[in-house]
Amino acid sequence: MDKDKATAGKNYSQDIFEIRSMMEKSSRFMALSGLSGVMAGVYALIAAYISYQIFYFSDEIIYESLTYREVSANVIKLFLVALSTLILAVGTGFLLSYRRARRNGQKMWDAAARRMLINFSIPLATGGIFVLIMFFKGAIGLLAPATLIFYGLALVNGSKYTYSDIRQLGLLEILLGLLSCYFIGYGLLFWTIGFGVLHIIYGGVMYFKYER
Amino acid sequence: MKSYLNNLHKAFENRTRLGVMSALTVNESVSFNDLRELLGVTDGNLASHLKALEKEQFIEVRKSFIGRKPNTSYMITKVGKTAFSEHLDALEQLIKEQSK
Repeated sequence: MDKDKATAGKNYSQDIFEIRSMMEKSSRFMALSGLSGVMAGVYALIAAYISYQIFYFSDEIIYESLTYREVSANVIKLFLVALSTLILAVGTGFLLSYRRARRNGQKMWDAAARRMLINFSIPLATGGIFVLIMFFKGAIGLLAPATLIFYGLALVNGSKYTYSDIRQLGLLEILLGLLSCYFIGYGLLFWTIGFGVLHIIYGGVMYFKYER
Repeated sequence: MKSYLNNLHKAFENRTRLGVMSALTVNESVSFNDLRELLGVTDGNLASHLKALEKEQFIEVRKSFIGRKPNTSYMITKVGKTAFSEHLDALEQLIKEQSK
């Protein structure tokens, strides 16, 4: 009798465990790889270094001296650096997440992944277009803050469909973006912290938390 | 017999059915194919469990077309939501009783 009770108890706990894991698996994208965050951070640090060599933002750009034409030649180079960093980071993210999903016997491209990507993309695409318009209107000093703010909003929005750590990361990016709006001369510094340092920290934490 | 034991529904005494109800609780709707992938069961097996849950009116079927492909998806009903959450509470109670 007692033995029956014990095995039944085990089954109930097992039931609860299965229910929890099914709720999570069906609504959240759990293959997101922490390592890809670390790699994205490393790419961002390299890109920041290259950008620094090309040119450094200062208050002057907004308020005086340099003409739009002078600035824009360098900014286009900077855009190319930023764009290739983004492509490299996203590519690595896909590759590592795909590998992780396959190792865990999951499908990478399921409904949860789709939902995460769509919700992540809406603020991000809005921000991308906004930044382009700002560039053509000449508000160059605000480009770096705007990318941080919109990226943060994208992370917060997408975090509902993946690990909740991403939400924290998003909030920090927004905070950095706002600070960087105020301290306009230090765009590159904030950018390096936001896209480089924070990615490495959060990617590392997530790697040790979920993948080891 | 404790009263909460009455809330343990016979309809949920199966892994696949528990899985279906869990997935439908946290999603607006889930397609047949996604359920099959999630639970790792065969078409026939899943279909028979879905039928049973449908008969209890715990879930609802919605048939539509994506392009030319038919797409069947499932949603939880109000009755199903209540029954499932009662079932969960009863499970928790049982575990608590046993660890005493």
